[in-house]
Amino acid sequence: MIPVNLVLGLGFVLFLIGLVGVLIRKNMVIMLMSLELLLNGVNVIFAGLGRHLNSPRGSIFALFVIVVAVSEAAVGFALILSYFRQKNTYDTDDLNELKG
Amino acid sequence: MFAWIPLFPLVGVLLNGIFGIRYFSKRVVHAVGVGAVGLSFAASVASFVRLLGPGPTSMVKTLGTWIPASLVRVLGGRLEAFGIDMAFRYDPLAAVMTLVVTGVGLLIHIYSIGYMENDKSQARFFAYLNFFTSAMLILVLGANLAVMFIGWEGVGLCSYLLIGFWFSRDAAANAGKKAFITNRVGDFGFLLGAGLLVSALGTLDIGRISEAVGSGLVGKGTATAAALLLFLGATGKSAQIPLYTWLPDAMEGPTPVSALIHAATMVTAGVYMVARMHILFEFSGTALTVVAWVGVLTAVYAATMALVQNDIKRVLAYSTISQIGYMFVGLGVGAFSAGIFHLVTHAFFKSLLFLAAGSVIHALSGEQDMGKMGGLKAHLPGTRLVFVVGALAIAGVPGLSGFFSKDEILGAAFASGHYAVWALGLAGAALTAFYMFRLIFLTFDGRERLDPEARHHLHESPRVMLLPLQVLAVLAAIGGTIGLPRVLGGGNWLAGFLRTSTGVAESPLSPGAELALMLLSAGVGIAGIWGAYVVYVKKEGLPARKLAERFRAAYGLLTHKYYVDELYNKVVVGGTLALGRLAAWFDARVIDGIVNGAARLARDSSTVSIRVDEDVIDGAVNGVGRAHRVLSGGLRKLQTGYVYNYALAIVIGLVVLMALVATVF
Repeated sequence: MIPVNLVLGLGFVLFLIGLVGVLIRKNMVIMLMSLELLLNGVNVIFAGLGRHLNSPRGSIFALFVIVVAVSEAAVGFALILSYFRQKNTYDTDDLNELKG
Repeated sequence: MFAWIPLFPLVGVLLNGIFGIRYFSKRVVHAVGVGAVGLSFAASVASFVRLLGPGPTSMVKTLGTWIPASLVRVLGGRLEAFGIDMAFRYDPLAAVMTLVVTGVGLLIHIYSIGYMENDKSQARFFAYLNFFTSAMLILVLGANLAVMFIGWEGVGLCSYLLIGFWFSRDAAANAGKKAFITNRVGDFGFLLGAGLLVSALGTLDIGRISEAVGSGLVGKGTATAAALLLFLGATGKSAQIPLYTWLPDAMEGPTPVSALIHAATMVTAGVYMVARMHILFEFSGTALTVVAWVGVLTAVYAATMALVQNDIKRVLAYSTISQIGYMFVGLGVGAFSAGIFHLVTHAFFKSLLFLAAGSVIHALSGEQDMGKMGGLKAHLPGTRLVFVVGALAIAGVPGLSGFFSKDEILGAAFASGHYAVWALGLAGAALTAFYMFRLIFLTFDGRERLDPEARHHLHESPRVMLLPLQVLAVLAAIGGTIGLPRVLGGGNWLAGFLRTSTGVAESPLSPGAELALMLLSAGVGIAGIWGAYVVYVKKEGLPARKLAERFRAAYGLLTHKYYVDELYNKVVVGGTLALGRLAAWFDARVIDGIVNGAARLARDSSTVSIRVDEDVIDGAVNGVGRAHRVLSGGLRKLQTGYVYNYALAIVIGLVVLMALVATVF
């Protein structure tokens, strides 16, 4: 039986790695991957807490998140691809049309 | 019947004025012009004959209503029905005047055929003459002052047109203007007088005015004021002091015009008007005295100026002024019929003199300076004969017309106690005889002083000119019989005939006194003639030249006509010009200044408005925009456009939110 704290710790670390990846990387593909990592960190916590509390709700919630993440990844990659076709770059620093 | 009298010449005006200038031959123009006046004369004679028969002595013919009657409140608060009719009145006074105007007018029209034979615009000339005759007849026949005023202005207009008939000459054009403008001063007096009568009595009808004055409806002061204002009009029309200066200049017109307008008819309009309004003048009394004194002063004053003139027509012009002065003396001393008597005889002998002078001028190809005449008796015997008859008549030689009329006036002045007026009048009579025979002797006697050019063309006038002269000479000689005084066996027919129009002046003098006065004035006249004979024939003008040398100042005063023209020019003309300049200055400086000032004010205020618009309004609008830009300058730096910056902000916000939630719960 794996202690729940380890599971929560793993989830938190995954979340932090994802968060830092989103914040500091400028490659949009990496950022989207980091976003997946973020979500999966949360999934681990959901699943771990569900098992710890002996409730299916955690796993169900995690499944929802996975489904949403899939759709999110599909839409996200489509946007990135479309952007790449116009600007021929992945770099978010070039994505500054909204700059005041 | 009598209403037709002024109509014939008016038809002549229309025919000659509209068609004559273009389509009529000379003969037709003459026939129309003379024929119109001839018919008018015939109508006058017919009306006169009818008046002599049994029937009313005063007839009024109303042709129509001019101003419909309406109630007006007059001075004193009474209500009167005031209206003006186009009405003519025919009575003995009008009969005498129409006969003189049409009779003498007819002769002058005939004479004009010869005198104007070489003129290019004869249709215009005869149209003017007919127009004048018509206007004069309207003046004479007018039953009220308004209709009279139509004629009064009409004759003034014709006078202007005819004086300036040869308008291409500056002197003629200016003389016409002078006559017209001087007359306007008098006419203004006439209008004011008529207006005063309307406001005092509510009527312009001469008969009603006379009745109202007679029944004491008007105060003495008002009557005097109205009479004096009307008399101012008379001084303008009849060339009396102070408005006489136009008449000598009016000699610029053709000589028949001088004879018709400025001797026989128009200038006597003032005399006629005063006689017509005699009840008003008599009621005032003061006005009558003024008339007498103005008359006698003018008579002597003009005679002195006639002494030194060298222009043959100007001598006659001053003589006319002087003789009209005598007429006013007659009116002023209350002998109205005597004034009219002199008017009639004067019309005969003065138009005779003018026409005879015209004959001389015509013979000399336009020469008017007596210094260039002399010795004409051999060349112009016919003209000389009638000229001498006229001169004897005006000089007051017994038996001729002027003697009786002038003597009746002077006798009336003496009888009514105006001794000073009488004495001055007597002196004037001596002067009259002297200057008339000076003219005769200078023109017809002595050496010939003709220009060779004029000598070459010298000719006696044609029959068409001599015939009217001869008729007038006969009238001037025997015209006095219409007023032959009682002491000489006559009945003074004229005074009796005019009785209903002008009243009767009974002479309080004994027949002996009357005869003595007559002898005195006859002696004075003959003395004047004898004096002229001595000075200008026997001594060939030497005493006159010596006298002029000795009394140079007085001589200069006379030749310069007492400097009255200069005075009027300075005071009246100069004053008017100065007023005009003042008005021009006022216009240029004050009015234009105000206008320009207003414009400048508008321009300046609009400049201010532009500044307000540009600086304040636009400033506020732009300021709002600029303020936004400045303020937003700081904020927009936040929008870096880098995704990770936004992401970081989200994270920070999330953390803060979570911290808050944690703190609260």
